[in-house]
Amino acid sequence: MAAVEKPANPATAKPKTDEHYVKIEKVSKVFGDFTAVDNVELSIRKGEIFALLGSSGCGKSTLLRMLAGFEKPTEGRITIDGQDMAKVPSYQRPTNMMFQSYALFPHMTVADNVAFGLKQDGLPKDQIQARVEEMLKLVDMSPYAKRKPHQLSGGQKQRVALARSLSKRPKLLLLDEPMGALDKKLRERMQLELVDIIEKVGVTCVMVTHDQEEAMTMASRIGIMSKGKILQVGAPATVYETPNCRFSAEFIGSINMFEGKLIVDEPDHCEIETADLPTRIYINHGITGEQGQTLWAAVRPEKIDVSKSKPAQETNVSRGKVINIAYFGSHSVYHVRLDSGKKILANASNFERDVSERPTWDDEVYVSWAPESVVVLPI
Amino acid sequence: MNANKNTLASWTWMALAFAFLYVPMFLLIVYSFNENRLVTVWSGFSTKWYGELFKDRQMLTAALMSLKLAFVTATTAVIIGTMAAVVMTRMGRFRGKTFFSALITAPLVMPEVITGLSLLLLFVALEQAFGWPEGRGFTTLWIAHTTFSAAFTTVVVSSRLREMDQSIEEAAQDLGAPPWKVFFVITLPIIAPALVSGWLLAFTLSLDDLVISSFVSGPGSTTLPMVVFSSVRLGVSPKINALASIIILIVTLAITIAGVLMYRLEKKREREMEQAVAEGQQQALSTSP
Amino acid sequence: MSKPSVLKRLKPQPRWFVIGAPYLWMFLFFFIPFAIVFVISFMKPAIAMPPVAFEYDLAGNIELLTKNYTRLFDLDDLLYINAYLGSLKMAAVSTILALLIGYPLAYAIARAPGAWRQVFLMLVILPSWTSLLIRIYAWIGLLKNNGFINNFLMWTGLTDSPIQMMQTDFAVYIGIVYAYLPFMVLPIYTNLVKHDPTLLEAAADLGANRFTAFWKITVPLSMNGVIAGCMLVFIPAVGEFVIPEILGGPDQLMIGKVLWQEFFNNRDWPVASAVAITMLLVLILPITIFQRIQNKELEEGK
Repeated sequence: MAAVEKPANPATAKPKTDEHYVKIEKVSKVFGDFTAVDNVELSIRKGEIFALLGSSGCGKSTLLRMLAGFEKPTEGRITIDGQDMAKVPSYQRPTNMMFQSYALFPHMTVADNVAFGLKQDGLPKDQIQARVEEMLKLVDMSPYAKRKPHQLSGGQKQRVALARSLSKRPKLLLLDEPMGALDKKLRERMQLELVDIIEKVGVTCVMVTHDQEEAMTMASRIGIMSKGKILQVGAPATVYETPNCRFSAEFIGSINMFEGKLIVDEPDHCEIETADLPTRIYINHGITGEQGQTLWAAVRPEKIDVSKSKPAQETNVSRGKVINIAYFGSHSVYHVRLDSGKKILANASNFERDVSERPTWDDEVYVSWAPESVVVLPI
Repeated sequence: MNANKNTLASWTWMALAFAFLYVPMFLLIVYSFNENRLVTVWSGFSTKWYGELFKDRQMLTAALMSLKLAFVTATTAVIIGTMAAVVMTRMGRFRGKTFFSALITAPLVMPEVITGLSLLLLFVALEQAFGWPEGRGFTTLWIAHTTFSAAFTTVVVSSRLREMDQSIEEAAQDLGAPPWKVFFVITLPIIAPALVSGWLLAFTLSLDDLVISSFVSGPGSTTLPMVVFSSVRLGVSPKINALASIIILIVTLAITIAGVLMYRLEKKREREMEQAVAEGQQQALSTSP
Repeated sequence: MSKPSVLKRLKPQPRWFVIGAPYLWMFLFFFIPFAIVFVISFMKPAIAMPPVAFEYDLAGNIELLTKNYTRLFDLDDLLYINAYLGSLKMAAVSTILALLIGYPLAYAIARAPGAWRQVFLMLVILPSWTSLLIRIYAWIGLLKNNGFINNFLMWTGLTDSPIQMMQTDFAVYIGIVYAYLPFMVLPIYTNLVKHDPTLLEAAADLGANRFTAFWKITVPLSMNGVIAGCMLVFIPAVGEFVIPEILGGPDQLMIGKVLWQEFFNNRDWPVASAVAITMLLVLILPITIFQRIQNKELEEGK
């Protein structure tokens, strides 16, 4: 355990680098014999929106609650803007949380809800009122100041909850499944609005979600969590295009996995032989691996071309039969059974309106992809 | 559970059961207006028994005593019960919690003769050892009534505390309120209805208690049930019918008024919520909030 | 497991006060008294205040100490044993009757249309907010030989002479069921109303008729409520005093009455204490069952 750090004195403290505005160092949380959070190391940059993504039970909510101060880490240290949070209870932390259920105080008006945190700081009345007005304007809820929570719709409640959590200008804003309670159309609109507001205010934000689309849309960086551990951290595009393990690859979007052996291992290219394809898989960059090693070659469905005519390439190609088509309007997902028996998914955007041009059920097709589309993952 | 509607048999059973519950009370009221003193032979309408009731000094003193006692008991029982409820629902695990939980819920089922006897023996022992309480009277009655009522108020308040969305308390703390403030400013207003019904429950229990009161009361602290009991032992009297009718009337009135008020409040709330949802849908369709 | 909530973060003092105050109160005024009763049950009556004193010779003769208990189980004078058994029988029969009346009632209320449920529930609870003493008193007028029921029966010609109802077991059963019915109905109702209606629809869809669905699905699911209701009736009924005293006669030997008489009439505190302790031991099992069910309900609720 680190030695006790004196709480940062505003007059003399040197601000830590913005790279580690929030530092989570070797943090674990154990309940009885269940480890909810397992030795997590994470740094949040100042001003970024960071999403903890994972399915239920992966530990993301526990980690969030530890940031807020509702749970104490069993091990490890959490630092916010240089200040060790170990002895700081939740009501003294520079964090504010927007709860999944919004948790608006039912016996207070919207204005009183937003003012609550400011009252706790003992600010003078006129300052509080000015700030409340400012926040309500920010979330477009000014006409509703005198209403009570039960008189608001779901979307309106969310705005009030957001205004309330931003009113104290926290150093860290925490969002717990922010879109969980909204329906699809509202969700899509609110995702962008929420990001706009957060960026306008400039607050550092950590959000927790199980919805990968939400994380990809809203966050500047994503951390994928499973079983208490962080598997990968990176920008949405990075995590999507360059997953570092099978779990990450399969968690976001869909992906096709081919198991094979590394046959050619050169600095500028490599080839993998697999039972699933008649040809080899050709990758146009070198990888770290040993000759003869077994590994996964992964290709995203949108990178795969489906055509009725045989393509010219000699690697990264196979023949197959269309066994199913899932039509999504904007695109279709083809389920193709390759000659080897392996089933894969291939997306095709429905560029032409004429359906007769496209492959249909039971058609014999060829699937192919470019060498740069393959991601190699360890077993 | 609306899977099936009630059958005719169900409704009939309900009617019979309610008849079973209410016919005795109804007859009680009817015969309080009976002219003669035989409580089962009607001889004419008369309100004289009500008059006699209000002239009965002993009964009036006892009634006043019981009301005072019930009021004080209800208040202390709610305070203790709320504390106990908070301990049970919000304090997590601690050593001795199972024992505490047993202590606080046992009075719910304990036969009153046992509770009464044990409390009296305690008071006697305390008096012997410390000189307090001096004799049995209002204080001992108050302590005894509070003790068994607290079990009931605990149950009422803790069930409300459990239903409540705890993230509201967390939100308050997250916004800077220390735990004691969270309780008084946020939790208490939200559970207030449970405190009120707990108070009323304790009030009724105390007002109606006979057995425990008989054990721990003393000269000069006779409660109304005790007076009624000794009167009943001597035989039926329409004066008791009159008393009964007054009690039934007050309780019915109070419950009806409370029921109507709550119903109106509920309806108003529902309307407001529906309005809000409709508004929200409209906004979702338009471009600006 | 429960989230230790905000209040757990209290500084040592406030938290200890909130736990300590009710703990201390109940410990002092509920638990200690039992300990005292236990001690006194080993003493003998004396002309003193309190009217008890220890009796033992220097050899520490156990027999003298437990004299009260041996008296209770004296096979020559079966008074006490009969009283215990009588109470248990009385309570058990009343509980079963209350269950037979109360379960269908709870079921009917649970299936009533939404707004009416609250009304019916209020109607069930309202009587218990009025004085029990007075409601039992009402039954005297009904059950007496020249009471309402007998007068009605004779007036319609169904009987020639009055049926003896007062001071019989029957009167006590009616009294107990009447007094405790709401305690049976409430937990069963609370349980039934939480049942998922689609379960019964699924059963019907799979071919079960209403009767089968009721026995195989509704009843087992409502067991917690049933047991809670039965305990809420049975346990206090065993020690009932008021009802057998008013509606029953000298033949209705119930242990509550015995305790009262030993204490108030015979001024024999030690024997009364012994009776109380024995009653408690008899009831330990049902009380434990009741508390187990309470805790189970809480766990499942989470």
